[in-house]
Amino acid sequence: MGIIEGSGLVYEYRKYGEDGEIAAVTRAVDGVSLDVKRGDFVAILGHNGSGKSTLAKHINAILTPDEGTLYVDGMDTSEEKNLWNVRQSAGMVFQNPDNQIIGTVVEEDVGFGPENMGISTEEIWERVEESLKCVGMWAYRKKSPNKLSGGQKQRVAIAGVVAMHPKCIVLDEPTAMLDPTGRKEVIRTVRALNQVEDVTVLLITHYMEEVIYADKVLVMDEGKVVMQGTPREIFSQVEQLQKYRLDVPQVTLLAHELKKAGLPVPDGVLTVDELVEELCRCK
Amino acid sequence: MLRDITLGQYYPGNSVIHKLDPRTKLVGTLTFIISLFLFRSFAGYLAAALFLAVIIRISGVPFKFMVRGLKSIMILLSITMVFNLFLTPGTPVLVFWKLQITREGIAQAAFMAMRLVMLIIGSTVMTLTTTPNHLTDGMEKGLAPLKKLRVPVHEVAMMMSIALRFIPILMEETDKIMKAQMARGADFESGGLVKKAKSLVPLLVPLFISAFRRANDLAMAMEARGYRGGDGRTKMKPLIYQKRDYRAYLLMLAYLVCIVLIGKVSPV
Repeated sequence: MGIIEGSGLVYEYRKYGEDGEIAAVTRAVDGVSLDVKRGDFVAILGHNGSGKSTLAKHINAILTPDEGTLYVDGMDTSEEKNLWNVRQSAGMVFQNPDNQIIGTVVEEDVGFGPENMGISTEEIWERVEESLKCVGMWAYRKKSPNKLSGGQKQRVAIAGVVAMHPKCIVLDEPTAMLDPTGRKEVIRTVRALNQVEDVTVLLITHYMEEVIYADKVLVMDEGKVVMQGTPREIFSQVEQLQKYRLDVPQVTLLAHELKKAGLPVPDGVLTVDELVEELCRCK
Repeated sequence: MLRDITLGQYYPGNSVIHKLDPRTKLVGTLTFIISLFLFRSFAGYLAAALFLAVIIRISGVPFKFMVRGLKSIMILLSITMVFNLFLTPGTPVLVFWKLQITREGIAQAAFMAMRLVMLIIGSTVMTLTTTPNHLTDGMEKGLAPLKKLRVPVHEVAMMMSIALRFIPILMEETDKIMKAQMARGADFESGGLVKKAKSLVPLLVPLFISAFRRANDLAMAMEARGYRGGDGRTKMKPLIYQKRDYRAYLLMLAYLVCIVLIGKVSPV
């Protein structure tokens, strides 16, 4: 049984008029079903407004589906009594690093989640140490978050979630506001978490480069899952991706163009090394 | 540049005073302030000043930092002194026109000034040796009994610590918006008071909008991390009284007894 199981999820944003009548309804999530296995690294791709962030908020029970059901670790997110357990099982990292750090000192911020869970003081300290070391921010534990770079802040935010010992982490565009260095830092941390700690990761992004390590990729457009498969399967359909206004990684695009020009290059090339190897074989 | 501002006026140190529980320091400061009004004799002032000097010495904070706090009350101080000097009845020392300076007036003005100065320095010692966060924690725990009277102690403390976290961020943002508006020809400097106030509108509107947006995001992030108010929450850094705190309380009591005795024994 998967850790996240959703079927037929629908969520609508309603805009109310002056008299409280519903003026407009936007279907942000429209009949999405997903099944994520324990220990998987799943990436959700989508253009702005494709409903990917709305879907992410469901997994942490910030939003509950209007239709359909969602089970996180066997718990129905629509049920009030499961709320806090769901939030502990599925941690969430948001886009803006400044707006999700609560503590004025790094270590205090990481301790915020465990404090809410009512854990004993000694265990809070153990967890803070363990999770800060896990994201490589232990040396900064006494620093003020204001003095860290974007990538470092985002790693602190990840540590804050890891300290709650979640079974699954949902990252909602964690790199959207970062520079390329910060982006790499965060993605490396997330991969390490997935591989070393065996945490299920759900990464929401619109940077294609970040999804090549995923076990499974979902592409969303207008609230629906329109494509799914391994990164290689997804990236071999360049034209289709462009239809959904997504940029394919440069290497993949180059390989695609070369193939169209008649070279015997396979579809779905993901890294520069791979393309180099393929081209060498062409000689 | 704005990133480096320190909130409050904490002076980092490692003295016993720094290490005291914030509750002890709060109570101590309150005791000291009250004690200043328990006597009217010179001996009393001497005792209080001596006590304060010892505390400052132990704290290891340079004296010039204490004096800095006095600048803000300079006006208040001079007004008090002038009024006391001229309006206290008694034996005249100097008379010009309708104003007279009396001997009692001089004494009264000097004592009043000393009292105010010591009051400010006394509370400055606390703010210099305690981080704002620690102070918030101290208040939360110290005022916890008020929860029974439905005073939202935890919520207020949480709001204060969030405010402390976001002040530098909002200041940076103000700076950014100001520059953006200046690049579009906004003028924040010239003109009279009214014009200057009006020119702040294009600064404040975007700042407020962004502050609300941040608040919304933060509330969501807090909920996502399982925040549900103060009930059932444990502390990562709980405040526990140490031996030194009990000693400090004992010292405070001894000081208070001394002051009361001096106030009773020595003449006005």
